[in-house]
Amino acid sequence: MASKVTSAVMRQGLRVLGVAVRAEKAVFAVAVLSSALYGVMTVASAWALGWATENLVLPSFAAGEVATGTSVTAALLILGVALLKALGVAGRRYYAGVMQYRMQASSRRAVTRQYLRLPLAWHHRHPTGQLLSNASADAEAAWAPLAPLPMAVGVVVMLVTAAVAMMLADPVLALVGFLIFPAIAVLNFVYQRRLSPLATRAQQLRAEVSEIAHESFDGALVVKTLGREDEETTRFRVRAEELRDANIAVGRVRGLFDPMLEALPTLGVLAVLLVGAGRLESGAISPGVLVQVAYLFTLLAFPIRALGWVLAELPRAVVGYERVRAVLEATGSMEYGAAALPGPAPARLEVRGLDYAYGDSPVLHGVDLEIEAGRTVALVGPTGSGKSTLTQTFVRLVDPAAGAVLVDGVDLREVARGGVSEAVTLVPQQTFLFDDTVRGNITLGLAAGDDEVWAALRLAQADGFVSALPGGLDTKVGERGTTLSGGQRQRLALARALVRRPRLLILDDATSSVDPQVEARILGGLREASQASTVVVVAYRMATIALADEVVYLEHGKVVDRGPHEKLLVGCEGYRNLVTAYEREEAEREALGAEEEEEVSA
Amino acid sequence: MSSLHGVDRSGLATVRHGLSLTPEFRRGLAGTLALAVLATVGKVVVPIAVQQTIDRGLKGSVPDLPYIRAAVLLCAAAVILTALSSYLMNVRLYRATEASLATLRVRGFRHVHDLSVLTQNSERRGALVSRVTGDVDQISTFMQSGGLFIIIAMGQLLVATVLMFVYSWQLALTVWACFLPLMVVMPRFQRWLSGAYTQVRERAGDMLAAVSESVVGAAVIRAHGSEARTAERLDVAIDANKAAQARAQRIVSTVFPLTEIVAAVALAAVVLLGVRLGVAGEITPGRLVAFLFLITLFVSPLQIATEVLNEAQNAIAGWRRVLGVLDTPPDVADPGHEGVELPRGPISVSFEEVGFSYPGGAPVLSEVTVHIPPRSRIAVVGETGSGKTTFAKLLTRLMDPITGRVTVDGADLREVRFSSLRERIVMVPQDGFLFDGTLEENIRFGRPSASEAEILLALTELGLTDWLDGLPAGLATGVGQRGESLSAGERQLVALVRAYLADPDLLLLDEATSAVDPATEVRLARALEGVTRGRTAISIAHRLSTAEAADEVLVFDRGRIVQRGPHADLVGEPGVYADLHASWVSAARS
Repeated sequence: MASKVTSAVMRQGLRVLGVAVRAEKAVFAVAVLSSALYGVMTVASAWALGWATENLVLPSFAAGEVATGTSVTAALLILGVALLKALGVAGRRYYAGVMQYRMQASSRRAVTRQYLRLPLAWHHRHPTGQLLSNASADAEAAWAPLAPLPMAVGVVVMLVTAAVAMMLADPVLALVGFLIFPAIAVLNFVYQRRLSPLATRAQQLRAEVSEIAHESFDGALVVKTLGREDEETTRFRVRAEELRDANIAVGRVRGLFDPMLEALPTLGVLAVLLVGAGRLESGAISPGVLVQVAYLFTLLAFPIRALGWVLAELPRAVVGYERVRAVLEATGSMEYGAAALPGPAPARLEVRGLDYAYGDSPVLHGVDLEIEAGRTVALVGPTGSGKSTLTQTFVRLVDPAAGAVLVDGVDLREVARGGVSEAVTLVPQQTFLFDDTVRGNITLGLAAGDDEVWAALRLAQADGFVSALPGGLDTKVGERGTTLSGGQRQRLALARALVRRPRLLILDDATSSVDPQVEARILGGLREASQASTVVVVAYRMATIALADEVVYLEHGKVVDRGPHEKLLVGCEGYRNLVTAYEREEAEREALGAEEEEEVSA
Repeated sequence: MSSLHGVDRSGLATVRHGLSLTPEFRRGLAGTLALAVLATVGKVVVPIAVQQTIDRGLKGSVPDLPYIRAAVLLCAAAVILTALSSYLMNVRLYRATEASLATLRVRGFRHVHDLSVLTQNSERRGALVSRVTGDVDQISTFMQSGGLFIIIAMGQLLVATVLMFVYSWQLALTVWACFLPLMVVMPRFQRWLSGAYTQVRERAGDMLAAVSESVVGAAVIRAHGSEARTAERLDVAIDANKAAQARAQRIVSTVFPLTEIVAAVALAAVVLLGVRLGVAGEITPGRLVAFLFLITLFVSPLQIATEVLNEAQNAIAGWRRVLGVLDTPPDVADPGHEGVELPRGPISVSFEEVGFSYPGGAPVLSEVTVHIPPRSRIAVVGETGSGKTTFAKLLTRLMDPITGRVTVDGADLREVRFSSLRERIVMVPQDGFLFDGTLEENIRFGRPSASEAEILLALTELGLTDWLDGLPAGLATGVGQRGESLSAGERQLVALVRAYLADPDLLLLDEATSAVDPATEVRLARALEGVTRGRTAISIAHRLSTAEAADEVLVFDRGRIVQRGPHADLVGEPGVYADLHASWVSAARS
């Protein structure tokens, strides 16, 4: 965790700032010019007051009469300088904000584009929470120093101008300034160095507290049903108290340095008065100069801290930027060819010597498979045998480690971007609904008319409940919308696939939450539907398997056997054990029941 | 719709109530405020020193250096004293606020868990989380910077004004006349700004939702080739967020520098009027110059005022949301120490005329009366939406019935202590949520005191050793966030072992093995039959054999029990069960 403002972090941080400055040259230039105007005018306002004291206040008091011309000049001077200063402040604030927001937005666009571009295998390797924070918190942190940056540049201009003004006014008083302002800068630097590791730690703990709350509330039902509220509260409390202590540690440093940074310029003014009185005595300066320099000190005290703000944001910015960059530079994005998968006819699927592994654990080995066009094939195997993974390779959600998947003889890797999903559609085990209407969730951007949507809903046996929804196709679903049952969600997901009229349809246990009767109607409908397609269905239910022309039996990531259901039932022990488990159990139970009855009758 | 809005209170009442819940904050508050007053005194040191130097030190042709030296040293001492009180005040404030907010956070967290499932589900999970994280942070930001700033700024304005009136009432009135209009319009600016910030927050929420969809729905987006549509939705959300931010910034950038101009008007007015007063002998030059310094004390409080007011509003809103949780009574409450403690042993359950409906909805259960004797094996069947899961939730007291009552061993469920209830009755839901950790940690969640040997024994008893051996790191296998590294079927296995390890007297399975393959499911069912002997077992069934194996089948249809009895009796008579049975048979055999 980069937390200290080391010179390496400084260098990296400045590089990050450089990236932003190059990307938004014009906005940055306007912000910096505004800020420079603000800096110069701040010094000028002190000079204007000094001028008014010297040329208006003291002479008038001495002479006992007011010089009207000088009065008007002083008033205009004060107002004019303030107007320009206000202009500078407004420009600096607005354009600094604009620059920051633009950079954040462009990082967010780039990161999310990359999310869409990168293969699913990459997504599997990264926790959801991390990907969300890359696009939100990290993109924000990376460009956070941009807000105070123009101000800091303006302050540098201000300090240089002030130094020149003080030198011109009185070199001896300037010397007091040259002692005090570097002291403020050094104190500020020490402050940020002490603060930033503590602030980083507090930030980290804040994220951890939030993670615990998230997970615990997500699992609220389990916590409740097992009565684990006390343990969960303890888990949360421990981290919340660490956060409390971390925040207090931050507060202690802030509490120490803030008053010091405030006191230092005040002491500087007092030093100016002390030294200035001596200078007045020797006649080296006039009272107006004393007022000007003292006033300048009070004005400079606050802005000079902007240098520290930039510094304070740098470590977080570097971390945020690195995280964003890691996403942007992630390789392994899928390569696409130029081939197409044309034709309205059902597709032919072929899998050759396919291997796949999640990290170090192999899931599929040497899978060979041919599915003729127009056939319906059931993919059967025990829990964890690799069925879902295999179906993912059919739509190129993942690429095999070795071997190939071919549709109509074309390797899926040769197909142009977007070409695979036009021909092949997968309905996954778990349904994901977007925060959108029923229609939006089904079309997902496809140009399909309501007729087509309703036809797909009918085929998925979903037209009934959708027409009963308050807004019909316009009903909002998803996390913030109407709650649907698991079976209803699955049927929407099915309609989403069917509306695309795929040439190869893959159902990965996609009707598990649907009542058996409804499922039978869906599968029956699919067979009779005019839209011809090849169907691969992952299933356990006998009724589902019975609808298939052929069964492929998978065990431990290998195809063990294939053929018609009846043939496998006889020839493949694993398959027989799996699909007849219920029947055998029932038979045994009946036999047992018969025995018991005999016993009773005997 | 969220049902966590709690009691309607004014802003002040909200703050008062919030503080009353966190005594840590009020302890020593008087001392902290006294230090704050001391800290503001330091702000007027410079104007006084300038005035004294010019008026007393420079009187006559030769400066009175010893006097100036003494005055300056006295002022320096005051500055150091001020800094010291600031430091002490800050430390006390941080300690008190952080301690009280940590308490508030933990109380809120616990209360969320104490709320009923129904209330929990009325709120998005992310929003619940922010009530114990972001909302509390907002309060702390305000108490430590904005709130403190308001106190100091008020003190600063007050001290400066008093000093101004001491020096010259005419000039003091002039300064106030310049600043007063700004103070009057400030609340209006604040309303604009707060509206703009609300927009920013809403757009940021939309943006996060869009990003979240693109990440969580990654597989669906790819499988259906809807990348272009997703990218467009993302761009719209990101740009809307940017536009809202820029709009808020435009308001801030306009309001903030206004103060500079007003201050310059005040300065010019003071100089012009002051000179005339001076000529008339009503003010000394030192006092006039001191005025110029005093005006600067007006600038920063007013510059940051809009933002601080906004922060205050956010803090009050945050406080309302946190209190909204704490004020929501747990509608399914633990009777606590006054409750009944059930002795362990075989358990019986009775539903007496039980009816239930969700708020504003039609009845989902009506007039359900059933007695489940100890050690019996019950199957609950029915079509989707027939009330099976509601029955299960009432039995485990995740919800309370609207009419009638549920009793366990003769005791009303509402009078049984949660600690006793959760020990005796455990439900395994269909979607077994797992925590990010190892398999072992997840199973141990059922009984934190269980040893590794006991966990292995539970797995053995349920016939799951083969499955365990197939996992890459055995019990140490990580399950991933929400258990997503395991398949849906495997997650159900873990949830089942977890519940079994809890060793309840009544085990309720709500389609708990629906995603497991048939061979494993049959093995599990057999194992369960063995190990639950002597306990009461209720299964919400989705297949034939569970119903066949049960002592009694409860058939639900549209919220009522329409048939009950052993499978053998029911299957013969025409009715809902016979229809269900026929469809199961066709699904299983075809």
